[in-house]
Amino acid sequence: MKHPIELKINGDIYSLAVDPWRTLNEVLREDLHLTGTKLGCGSGDCGACTVLVDGRSVSSCLTLALEVQGKEIQTVEGLAPSGDTLHPIQEAFVEKGAIQCGFCTSGMEMSAAYLLSQNSSPTEQEIREGLSGHLCRCTGYIQIVDAISDAAQKMKQS
Amino acid sequence: MTLPKFEYFAPESLDEAQQLLLDQGVGAHLLAGGTDLLVKMNHGLLKPASVIALKHIKELEAITYDPKEGLKIGATALLADVAAHADIRKHYPAIAAGAHETANVQIRNMGTVAGNLCNAAPSADNAPTLLAMDAEVEIKSATGERRLPLDQFFKGPGQNALASGEILTAIHVPAPGSGEGVSYQHISARGKVDISAVCVGVMVHMAENGCDDVRIFLGAVAPVPMRAAKAEALVRGKQLTEETIEAAGIAAMEESQPITDVRSSADYRKKMVAVLTRRALAEARDRALKR
Repeated sequence: MKHPIELKINGDIYSLAVDPWRTLNEVLREDLHLTGTKLGCGSGDCGACTVLVDGRSVSSCLTLALEVQGKEIQTVEGLAPSGDTLHPIQEAFVEKGAIQCGFCTSGMEMSAAYLLSQNSSPTEQEIREGLSGHLCRCTGYIQIVDAISDAAQKMKQS
Repeated sequence: MTLPKFEYFAPESLDEAQQLLLDQGVGAHLLAGGTDLLVKMNHGLLKPASVIALKHIKELEAITYDPKEGLKIGATALLADVAAHADIRKHYPAIAAGAHETANVQIRNMGTVAGNLCNAAPSADNAPTLLAMDAEVEIKSATGERRLPLDQFFKGPGQNALASGEILTAIHVPAPGSGEGVSYQHISARGKVDISAVCVGVMVHMAENGCDDVRIFLGAVAPVPMRAAKAEALVRGKQLTEETIEAAGIAAMEESQPITDVRSSADYRKKMVAVLTRRALAEARDRALKR
């Protein structure tokens, strides 16, 4: 039986009727076409599906859509302040060459946003720990760590 | 990757949850963080007819500490919140370490300590320390409630002592006494993120004539977290010298019964039992002497 719910995503409110067994990841991607959030392993290991719920990073593939009713959900689509300005984390990913195929990128950026919301000047070790729930098969992580470190500095200056 | 179909309930009180659990019968499954449940359902290992979510019940999420009563961790308290809790970090550093070193950031923002115990993996990161500290679980059903020592809770891989209709509502840990020290040590293939290949929790009580009480629990080396009784016997009543600690590590290694699986060989696990038992005993001793 479908349950009527309201989801607040990137500041917009969506009224939906959702089957209980559908995950937040499925609803984001299939119903709302917010395909910036990826689906990787489906078991909480790869981090590609990471979104923020009430400001905390979670795996959208392991979250039932019905469980996040009434909460503030932020996806990578809501990271940039406008259609033609990137978020400092996104800018840094571009500048530092932290993107290759891009599949892990949105999840990495959401975890970076969570980390920097908790700790505005993380050490390299803290960045690596913050990214421990992510896998990237292209860049080898160094550029990603550099990008987050760079973004932290720029966000503090502005 | 689509989950099997089920009915969903989100009770807002414990009474309502208990009644639902009774009404729904054996096909019902409780949901806390979902980080184990949804993986099992994704892999077709579990097909509950109904899922009863616990996170909407306010009374289950509290973490409270009292210097006399000790620590109470509610069933839906997040791993991240247990790891960051000021009183837990101060008075129960090994419990904070176990929670902090469970899985990764996202899983700790979703998963719970109680869920980690109920899932009853032999490798559960939060089990050895809580066992070493003599924790009890509070269990409630529509017909009553009981307290069970945690060392009677694990019945086999994935099997716990909860009967149909029962909910683990909280974990109680006694207040640490003076002269007591606790340590948690673990090792896994993928840094700290992967499921532990071996984990060890140790509690020692140091008196003037040496260690007068000790509890050593080993994870991921038996079907349930196991007590290393022979290692404990070598330590009890002795000063915790390097020689005693070395001997206890070897005894724990010999009594452990690991298997070879995807995360580690049995042989490597045994060797790591010795290493981690030594490290845990030394850290617990040092912490005890500081109290």
